[in-house]
Amino acid sequence: MKTRTYRNPTGVSRYTGLLLISPFIIGALLLIVYPFVSSFITGLTDGSSFVGFENYKHILSDGQIRSSAAVTLKYALILVPLKLIVSLAAALVLNMELRGIGIFRTAFYIPSILGANLAVIIMWQYLFTSDGLVNQLLETVGLSPVSWYGDPNAALFMIVLLRLWEFGSTMIIFLAALRDIPRELYEAARVDGCGRARAFFSITLPQLKNVIFINLVLQTIAAMQEFNAPYILTGGGPLGKTRTIGMYIYEEMFTYGDAGMANALSWLLFMLIALIVFIMYRVTGTLRRDG
Amino acid sequence: MKKLLLYLLLTAAALLMLYPLLWLLGASFKTNDEIFTSVWFMPKVLDLSVYKRAWQTVTPYTMGHYFLNTFMIIVPKTAFAVLSSVLVAYGFARFDFPLKKLFYGLLICGMLMPSIVTVMPMYSFWSRLGLLDTYIPLTLPALFAGEGMFVFILIQFFKGIPREFDEAARIDGCGTLKTLFLVLVPCIKPAVISIAVFTFLWTMNDFLGPLIMIQSVEKYPLSLALRLSVDSTGQGYELRTVIAMSVIGLIPSLAVFAIAQKKFVSGITAGGLTG
Repeated sequence: MKTRTYRNPTGVSRYTGLLLISPFIIGALLLIVYPFVSSFITGLTDGSSFVGFENYKHILSDGQIRSSAAVTLKYALILVPLKLIVSLAAALVLNMELRGIGIFRTAFYIPSILGANLAVIIMWQYLFTSDGLVNQLLETVGLSPVSWYGDPNAALFMIVLLRLWEFGSTMIIFLAALRDIPRELYEAARVDGCGRARAFFSITLPQLKNVIFINLVLQTIAAMQEFNAPYILTGGGPLGKTRTIGMYIYEEMFTYGDAGMANALSWLLFMLIALIVFIMYRVTGTLRRDG
Repeated sequence: MKKLLLYLLLTAAALLMLYPLLWLLGASFKTNDEIFTSVWFMPKVLDLSVYKRAWQTVTPYTMGHYFLNTFMIIVPKTAFAVLSSVLVAYGFARFDFPLKKLFYGLLICGMLMPSIVTVMPMYSFWSRLGLLDTYIPLTLPALFAGEGMFVFILIQFFKGIPREFDEAARIDGCGTLKTLFLVLVPCIKPAVISIAVFTFLWTMNDFLGPLIMIQSVEKYPLSLALRLSVDSTGQGYELRTVIAMSVIGLIPSLAVFAIAQKKFVSGITAGGLTG
């Protein structure tokens, strides 16, 4: 084993840093390692006695859980691309140097800071009732009202719209990244006779690829564990078509009191998310490296 | 001409984004009938007494009680989160120590760990310690730099400060902690404020945590009290009372955002999240 030299200012022990991060070490054990190990082990029980891999086997074969997983994936597949596109487009527009642009940035950002606030979700609930504001507006422009709580697709889309409305946090990250792109790149491109669209595809997008990846991963993780919105807005209905895995875990634990099942499902959800992130990392690997 | 068009478009989009909130404010003065027949947010009459009723709530306690509960969670949590994140980020950014790479990896892993996964085991954990229905499960984890994102952002900020600052402080006789709090932290004030503001906002918004950990109504934070009020209002009940409660519930978040806005936004945008 080779010995390592520690690059620290003179008089600083190599344990000083360790001491400084000690809250994190405790935190990592308590909040990351422990839940990960504990949920797997509790998942091997029925809450009190050991049952082996019964819960895990059941989860993989149960039709209801499978449909809940399908709902969650569908939700993520609709929401995440939409949110990334909308927030990138908004960031591009708001990156322009215009008088008073700050006001617009704030206006677009405010919904995301209220984000998951219960008051906002309650507001959404009233906006989408059968004779609520949204349906009134639809009728005003001559469209037929939608049964937001009765039609499975509409119900899921109502939740997507709520989260889409909160695109400000992703937009802010894109804005910061856009500001970091060197101006000279665009000037050089213009000298070479490069148009706006071309500049977007050959300069802006390649320069943003790391940030796009970060946003993609963060938004996917958030979407895969969606709980608040379906729990309050639809209660998982109609016909369980908006019951996300997050809701399913909660119900197993607190409605049916099945701690083993809830923990096994939690653990598998973590594995599923880790797998998705890993695949994203691999698939985008070559894209993120060159250019 | 093109510019004018752009402004019009931006204004329309901004109104679309903010209209639901305006509507909520207006609806707090409307009768049920008016809520469901008019698209325009302005109410016909401005009767402020609804806010008095909302403040009383339909539960045994007033909103003031729930606000106090919420702040009993927010204040320690914010202090814990800021202090622990600053210490840990300082350690990562400025010092070399055994297993540094492993811990940095764990930090990134923690950021990817979905909270719905950790919440079940943590529930059992706190339940075994007999600490359910107290604020400890909601506040104490913040003492352990539980939010990896904060540490990550602060590390980028610390790296932006030239090491000469540390050296100068050391020559002037400052120890490790004195250097941190007297020299470095003042340099990254916007980032520290962002973290405090984010902790405030996220705690105001947190629903799942209190839903699982807090059982007695007396200890409910605002989010659970709102939920309880919506649930306990039946058919034909005046919606505006609950809507007014929601409006009141949004005020702290909006106020904090308004006060901290300038520093806060520069804190995130300069955050090097893009790196």
